[in-house]
Amino acid sequence: MAFFEGNQMTAGYDEGADIISSCTINVNKGEIVAILGPNGAGKSTAMKAMLGLLNLRSGDVTIAGKNISDLNPQDRVKRGISFVPQTRNVFAGLTVRENLEIGAFLRNDELDKIIEEIYELFPILSDKKSQTVGELSGGQRQQVALGRALMTKPSVLMLDEPTAGVSPIVMDELFNHIIKVKKTNVAIIMVEQNAKQALSISDRGYVLVTGKNKFEGSGKQLLHDPEVRRSFLGA
Amino acid sequence: MEFINAIIVLLNYTIIPALTYGSQLALGAIFVTLIYGILRFANFATGDMMSFGTMFAVLLTFYFQSLGINLGILPTALLTIPFAIIMMILYMLLIDKYVFSYYRIKKSPPVQLAMVSVGVMFVTQAIIRIIIGPFDRTFLDGQKFILKASEFKEMTGFSEGLTIKSTQAITIVVTIIFVSILFWFLNRTKTGTSMRAYSDNEDLALLSGIDPKRVVLITWVIAGILATIGGILYGLDKSYRPFVYFNNMLPIFAAAIVGGIGNPFGAFLGGYCIAFAEIFLTYAYKKFLSYLLPEALEPDSLMQVLSTDYKFAVSFSILVIVLLFRPTGIFKGKVI
Repeated sequence: MAFFEGNQMTAGYDEGADIISSCTINVNKGEIVAILGPNGAGKSTAMKAMLGLLNLRSGDVTIAGKNISDLNPQDRVKRGISFVPQTRNVFAGLTVRENLEIGAFLRNDELDKIIEEIYELFPILSDKKSQTVGELSGGQRQQVALGRALMTKPSVLMLDEPTAGVSPIVMDELFNHIIKVKKTNVAIIMVEQNAKQALSISDRGYVLVTGKNKFEGSGKQLLHDPEVRRSFLGA
Repeated sequence: MEFINAIIVLLNYTIIPALTYGSQLALGAIFVTLIYGILRFANFATGDMMSFGTMFAVLLTFYFQSLGINLGILPTALLTIPFAIIMMILYMLLIDKYVFSYYRIKKSPPVQLAMVSVGVMFVTQAIIRIIIGPFDRTFLDGQKFILKASEFKEMTGFSEGLTIKSTQAITIVVTIIFVSILFWFLNRTKTGTSMRAYSDNEDLALLSGIDPKRVVLITWVIAGILATIGGILYGLDKSYRPFVYFNNMLPIFAAAIVGGIGNPFGAFLGGYCIAFAEIFLTYAYKKFLSYLLPEALEPDSLMQVLSTDYKFAVSFSILVIVLLFRPTGIFKGKVI
């Protein structure tokens, strides 16, 4: 049994049709799992369902064996799940340090120590700590977003397209940071459009099509699977 | 000598009154901006909420006076501020619980909440009229002037006298103290930072574990303090007439928008921008110019750009111009 699991999840928005059906995703500590698939496959929806941003119609979500399907997102955050949305994932009007402080809003202890750890992980944030986040570049903002999410000392980190809209060089840098985070024994789930690069740093990957699991396997397997290559990797 | 007299005239009739009026507007504008930034709607009940808080100060002042309690040279009303604030906050929390929270939980669009606040405005106006009536009341006591024109003339020997009313000094001092505490709270404390975070990005604030109920509660508490203090200072300076507060909403909204809505510091400066614009454009410069110009050139007319009756037109024009050419305001708030 994996550390964080979404089992046979079926969910949709409001009264609408099912966006994901019987979708299963799991991740262990110290592992990066990529969720891939064409547009509209339900990748982000699967992630949001695991966070509790939308209710499951069937299936369940467990962390460390405990069923958390009935908890709202805030309570799941308290259980050690952290989420970086694709857009609006920072407080643009606040300084870098304030963003980190808000990230640790629920913690009263060791604030400075955790912030120092984040600065070690993302040295650029230390240089820019008093700057307003709205003034930073796209890649730096993503680092703030990652840093903010890590302030709760999560055991699970979910990233919704962390490299959307950044240049290839910045993308490599961000992926390096994500690997560094993984080495601190955090379970990472990410939805990615840059499938090849994402698979190359992932331990495992899931390919979703129309809300269902289509392929799954280790990063290498998927990268070299001819059918996956043909349909999703464009080669 | 003539030049100094001219400056005294200007101080006396424009700068000091504008600083006073600006402080009163600033408190109201910060109220509007906080509600807009955190609860996300334009609160049309602003003016009448200020009036509501002031009403308690007026009633309590009369009660304290009947008991013989006073503050000596200071107005008794200052003593009533804490009680009036408590009543104001209770009223706001009651309104929030039974009216606004329903629409907030339903996630109604801001314009719907604004319409709801118009309803709250009418109800508040009615309550005020039932409790205290629509009449004009003066509740200022204690020493009226800090500096009288005649004293100033004796002291300095200038032909123009400078007067400073105690209400003007109290308004400016109280505003500076209160606004400093407020900005310290918003920028330096954890709760203040969480309020700014909630205003900046609500979804992310929720994911960070910020309790929305607490943020809303603290917002109303601060709003209650702002409305009451702003209202009392205005009432002491002019006199308490319930309707005037409704009229003041235009310059208050103009101040909040000029300063960039959602930006408290902008609203603070916006209050002074509007006050100075209104007073400078409606002041009759005849006396001022008569000190500066040689006798032959002295103006016959009042040398007034606009009659004082048009002072609201000034704030309205500023509002329109800002919305047309710089909708985020001078200090970059949200786009309306």
